[in-house]
Amino acid sequence: MLSRTAAALYWLGRYVERADFIARLVEATVRLDALSARPAGEAAWQSALAVTYTDKAFAATGQSFTQSHVARFLTLDTSHPGSIIRCLEMARHNARAVRTALTREAWTAINRAWWLFQNRASTGGATQTLNLVEQVKGETRGFEGSIHRMMRNEATWLIQLGAAIERADNTARLVDVKYHLLLPEDEAVGGVVDRDQWTTILQTVSAVTAYRWLYSDGLQPANVIDLLISRFELPRSLAACVEEAVQLLSQLAKRTGLQGEADRMARARMARMQKTRTSEVIVSGLHEYLEAFIRENAMLDAAIARQFRFI
Amino acid sequence: MAAGAFDEIWGHGGPEAPRPEFAALSQWVADTPASELQRRQQSAEAAFRQLGITFAVYGDSDAAERIIPFDIVPRVFLHHEWARLCEGLVQRTQALNAFLEDIYGERRILKEGLIPPELVYRNEQYRPEVAGIRPPHGVWAHICGIDLVRVGPDEFYVLEDNARTPSGVSYMLENREAMLRLCPELFRDFRVAPVDSYPDMLLETMRSVAPGNNPKPVCVVLTPGHFNSAYYEHSFLADSMGIELVEAADLVVDDDIVWVQTIAGRVKVDVIYRRIDDEYLDPLTFRPDSMLGVPGLIAAYRAGNVALINAPGNGIADDKAIYSYMPEIVKFYSGGEAKLPNVETFRCREPQALKYVLDNLEQLVVKLVDGSGGYGMLVGPTATKAQIADFRAALIAEPHRYIAQPTLALSTVPTMADSGLAPRHVDFRPFVLTGSDGVHVVPGGLTRVALREGSLVVNSSQGGGTKDSFVLMDDRGPSQSQSQGQG
Repeated sequence: MLSRTAAALYWLGRYVERADFIARLVEATVRLDALSARPAGEAAWQSALAVTYTDKAFAATGQSFTQSHVARFLTLDTSHPGSIIRCLEMARHNARAVRTALTREAWTAINRAWWLFQNRASTGGATQTLNLVEQVKGETRGFEGSIHRMMRNEATWLIQLGAAIERADNTARLVDVKYHLLLPEDEAVGGVVDRDQWTTILQTVSAVTAYRWLYSDGLQPANVIDLLISRFELPRSLAACVEEAVQLLSQLAKRTGLQGEADRMARARMARMQKTRTSEVIVSGLHEYLEAFIRENAMLDAAIARQFRFI
Repeated sequence: MAAGAFDEIWGHGGPEAPRPEFAALSQWVADTPASELQRRQQSAEAAFRQLGITFAVYGDSDAAERIIPFDIVPRVFLHHEWARLCEGLVQRTQALNAFLEDIYGERRILKEGLIPPELVYRNEQYRPEVAGIRPPHGVWAHICGIDLVRVGPDEFYVLEDNARTPSGVSYMLENREAMLRLCPELFRDFRVAPVDSYPDMLLETMRSVAPGNNPKPVCVVLTPGHFNSAYYEHSFLADSMGIELVEAADLVVDDDIVWVQTIAGRVKVDVIYRRIDDEYLDPLTFRPDSMLGVPGLIAAYRAGNVALINAPGNGIADDKAIYSYMPEIVKFYSGGEAKLPNVETFRCREPQALKYVLDNLEQLVVKLVDGSGGYGMLVGPTATKAQIADFRAALIAEPHRYIAQPTLALSTVPTMADSGLAPRHVDFRPFVLTGSDGVHVVPGGLTRVALREGSLVVNSSQGGGTKDSFVLMDDRGPSQSQSQGQG
C-alpha cells in the first residue's frame, strides 16, 4: 500500500469519527437545552464549545451563546476546522485521494454525508437541527457499516485505527469538560443540573442503556466516569478504544510485517488501563489523568505515522 | 443545422419512418412515455452525482463539481457499420504509431519529402527531448481516442486524433451501467456487445509493453491529483484494473529506476499510465517549475527501465497541422488508402488552397493550427461581416498558421429535450488500444451530444451531454472485440 494512501485512510477514519462525535454533541446539547427541568441554556452551549476546543474561536466571532449561533457554528461554519462540514470536507478530501482503496459503498456514504451540507445556510430551529445531526449520524453509521463489508485488509484496519484513536480523544475531552467546567457555582454536586449533565454525556455517547445494564445503582457520577474510562464493554470508553487500537495494530503487523514503537506504546497503555481503578483516578485528579491520556494519545498518533511511513 | 441532417435512428424519415433496422428501437421510444424516460434520466444523473462521477471546473471550488448530462436514448451502430469502422480505426492507429516511431527515429517521411520538415521541427508538440528514444516494444500510442463524425449512412470522417491522454472512457462504462439498470428491456431486444472488458484489455495492454521479462510487472496510473477535472476517471481506471493510483509524490527515481513508496518501503515500477501532460512529467527534462512531475522520470524512460503510456512526444501525431497529412501518412506506412477519411482540409500555406479559402470564407470553418478550445476559430456560416474581414486579413498576413474545413451536417440522434424527443447533433470517440500484440477496439465508445437545438458544440464544458453507444452483435454470436495483428 502507498504511504500516502495509508495516511489518507487513517485520517479518513479520524475525520468521519470526529464528524459523528460533533453531531452527537450537538444533539445532546439541544436536548439538554430543551428538555431539562431547568434549561441549561448558555452553559450547555458553552460546554459544547469547550469539548471541541472551539470556545475561543467562537468567542472571536462575537456571537452570543444561543442555540442557533452555536449549533450553526458547530455544524455549518466553514471558518473553523471543528465544524461538522469541515470534518466531512476533510474526510471526503481523503476519501477522494484513496478512492481506489475504498468500496463504492464507502465512498458513496462519505459523499452523501457531504452533500447534506451543500447549499445550506442555517440549521433552522431545534427540530431541524436534530434532523440534520440525525442524518449525519445515519451517514457515518452507513460508512462504518460499509467499512465492515470491505475486505479485511490493511485499508480497512487503517480506517478503523484512525477512528479508534479519534474516539479515545473525543471521550477523554467529553469527560474532562464535564468534570471541571460545566456545573454552575451555585449548583450542588449531585443536584438536578449535575444529573442532567451526566445524563447528557451518556446520551452523547449512546450509553444510557449501557449504564443501566452495568450499574444497578441510580445515576452516580463516579459510575459514569468508571463506565467511560474503564469498562471494555462500552465501545466508546477509553479502555475499549485503547484495546481496539492494540488489536488493529497487531492485525496490521501480521499482514504487513510492520511492527514497532506504535505497537509497544499501545500495549503498554492497555496494560496500565487494565490496572486502573476509577476511584483512585478520581482521588488523584481526574482532570490530570485525562490530560495525560490525551497527550499520550497524540504520541501514539505520531508513532503510527512514523511506523507506516505516512507522507 | 438539424433540419436535413442524417439521423442515426430516424434516417431522413423522422420518427414515423425510422431506418428499418431501428424500427424496434423507435417503437420502444414511442411506447415509453416521455415522463418515464425523463424520470429514468434523472435517476441516472442522481446516481452519477452520488457516485461522484463528476468533472471539476478549473478554478472553481468543490461545490462547483458538475456532472455531465446524460441522455437516455442510445446511439446504435449496426454490426457491419462497426466492422467497417474498426478496420479504419486499426489502420489509422497503426499509422499513428508508425509515424511517431519514424519522426523520433529515422525520419523517412521527412527525407522523402511527404511532410515539410519545419511542420514537425517547429511544432510546439514536437519533443526533441525524446528523439532517439524507442519506447519498450516500439509502441507509442497505446491508447488512442479517435474522434469521428458522421454525415450519412456510410460517411464517417475523422475529426481529430487524440494520441496523448484521451479521456472519457469512464463515461463509456458508467453510461452502460446506467442503461443496464434503467432500461434492461433494451438489452433483451437488442444484442448489444459488452464494453466492460475494457479495463482488462487496458491492463493487458499495459503489461504487454512492460520492459524486460518481469512476468508480473508493476503497473500504476499516475494522476495530477484530485483537483484535476478527470480525476474521477483516473481513480475509476486504477480501481477497475486493480492497480495503484499514484501521484508524483509517491514516486521517486533512483539510479534510473522508478520506485513507488509504500508502507513496506520501495517497490519498483514497470509501467506508468500517466494522465499528466508531457510538459509536467519531469521537471529535469520539461518544465522546471512543475510540482506535478517526477524528477528523473525521463532518464529512467530513456534507460529503458519503465514504459510510459502514452509515450511522451505523441502530441506531434495529433496536431492540427499534421492532421491534414494523415491520408498521406496512412498511405506511406500502410501502403493503402485510408479507410477512414479526414474531413476535407485546406492548408492555407498552399497558395491554391488559400485562394479557395479566401473565396469561400462564408461556407468554411477556419482554425489556427495551434489553437484549441474554440479559440482563433472562424465559423463562416454564422460569422459577422466584420469577423470575416478580420480573418481575411489574418489569412493573407500569415497563411501558414491556418487550416480551413467545410462545415459538416453532423448526424443527429433523437435526444430528450424539454418538448420531448428531438434530433440533436452527436460526435463519437472510440478508444483504440495498442499493445505489443496488436491493436484492439472495444465495441463501444463515448457519444457526445449537443443538447441545444441546432448546436454543433458537444464539448462537456460547453453544456454538451453524453449517450450510451450500442454496438450490435451479429448472428454468429457474441464477440468481445475486433482484433487485428499489428502488421
